[in-house]
Amino acid sequence: MAKHIAAKVEDIPPGTRVSVEVAGRKVAIFNVDGEYFGLRDACPHMGGLLSEGVVIGLVEANKPGCYNYSRGGEIVRCPWHGWEFDLRTGKSRFDPKRWKTHSYDIEVGDGKEMHAETVDVSTEGDYVIVKF
Amino acid sequence: MPYPPVGAIDCDLHPAVPSIKALLPYLDDHWRDMVIQRGVHELDSISYPKNAPISARPDWKPEVGKAGQDLVRLRKEALDGFGTKFAICNCLYGVQLLYTEDMAYAFARAVNDWIATEWLDKEPRLRASIVVSPQNPDYAAAEIDRMAVDKRFVQVLMLVMDEMPLGRRRYWPIYRAAERNGLPVGIHAGSAYRHPVTSVGWPTYYAEDSAAQSQAFQTTLTSLITEGVFAEFPELKVVLLESGFAWLPAHLWRLGKFWRGLRMETPWVDRHPLEIAKDHVRLTIQPYDAPPRPDDLEKLIEHFDSDEMLLFSSDYPHWHYEGNNAIPDGISRALQNKICYDNPLATYPRLKEAVT
Repeated sequence: MAKHIAAKVEDIPPGTRVSVEVAGRKVAIFNVDGEYFGLRDACPHMGGLLSEGVVIGLVEANKPGCYNYSRGGEIVRCPWHGWEFDLRTGKSRFDPKRWKTHSYDIEVGDGKEMHAETVDVSTEGDYVIVKF
Repeated sequence: MPYPPVGAIDCDLHPAVPSIKALLPYLDDHWRDMVIQRGVHELDSISYPKNAPISARPDWKPEVGKAGQDLVRLRKEALDGFGTKFAICNCLYGVQLLYTEDMAYAFARAVNDWIATEWLDKEPRLRASIVVSPQNPDYAAAEIDRMAVDKRFVQVLMLVMDEMPLGRRRYWPIYRAAERNGLPVGIHAGSAYRHPVTSVGWPTYYAEDSAAQSQAFQTTLTSLITEGVFAEFPELKVVLLESGFAWLPAHLWRLGKFWRGLRMETPWVDRHPLEIAKDHVRLTIQPYDAPPRPDDLEKLIEHFDSDEMLLFSSDYPHWHYEGNNAIPDGISRALQNKICYDNPLATYPRLKEAVT
């Protein structure tokens, strides 16, 4: 699995996201309270850019009228038709087995000795790195 | 069109209350006095006007009185006529139209006692639905508990158009009582006329009213699913009566499409609406609203992705077909057997108990 520098850490502060092209792949990277998540930046439905979607929490119910809210900011809704995807897995909420978008492992590192296509790698600072 | 196989179970036929006088012996003393003192007239609704051809097939129409009011004729024309093993009486009388909860409750009790005495006691092949007053769901639940003791009552009966969409929690005491007693809820075409019968306002012609019924069923089914009736009452079955059925796959695809994007509004809807309907919803086949060519009907049935949803109904004495041709062309013999026998037995546990 190769590592690819996708962005500088300071480019994606908590609560934001970016869309980057890495080795020919469009990747949406989300920062949720310092934790990074990477999804293929295309809804499996019709290709809407997930990087432009609104993030919400996970809403579950054990009965009607019950709204169990958890994992704030970890569910993105496609801007086109509202489909929800779990930032941790790329799986859709309505049919997680059949409908999902690719999920990428992300890590933060100093980027030393790594090639970067779209980021100007300087000698100082940390980088967000996509693995695939 | 084929005949139903002998021994079919007819899930919708209509004995008629001949006149309000027939119910007087079954009303409480107070309400009997009130009917007379207030001059309460017949509680027939405009859903089935007497002269509308659909209301009575010509050969089932008596010279005098209403079609379906005479047991001897119903026995000969519907039960012997189709060779049915059981037939479920859905009595359409204007109980649901009344504005007073108390009088509606009194009439519901009277109609149920009248059905038990005048029909079920006299004809062992007949079963019946419990008429309830949705004006007060607690009263309706009490009536379900009262009548459910009699195992010949196999279902609860409501009209598709009431004060509000039937999924609302206001109605849940009815569903709770139905589930508790192991009874499906039958939802029949018709209206309490609290609102126009179309969602865009009052129509001009009877044909518009009739055609609009399937829209009401679509909206009602949507309400039951989105409000979470089947999540709250996982054992509940709903039977749509005189609903047509051709609309179901297309409507639920449409609902499913919106559910995918708006799932978080109704998180208790945990799977596609069609999957929920396959588990909980059944539909009677008359009046038949599917395509006339057998090949097209086969394709349509495939879209249900289930052979368990359709139930045979004669809809006696309403006029939708001639002779015994109550089964549309294009339904295989195997599916006919499911529709006429297996599916009704699975839907109505009390019929199954009677068979075994």
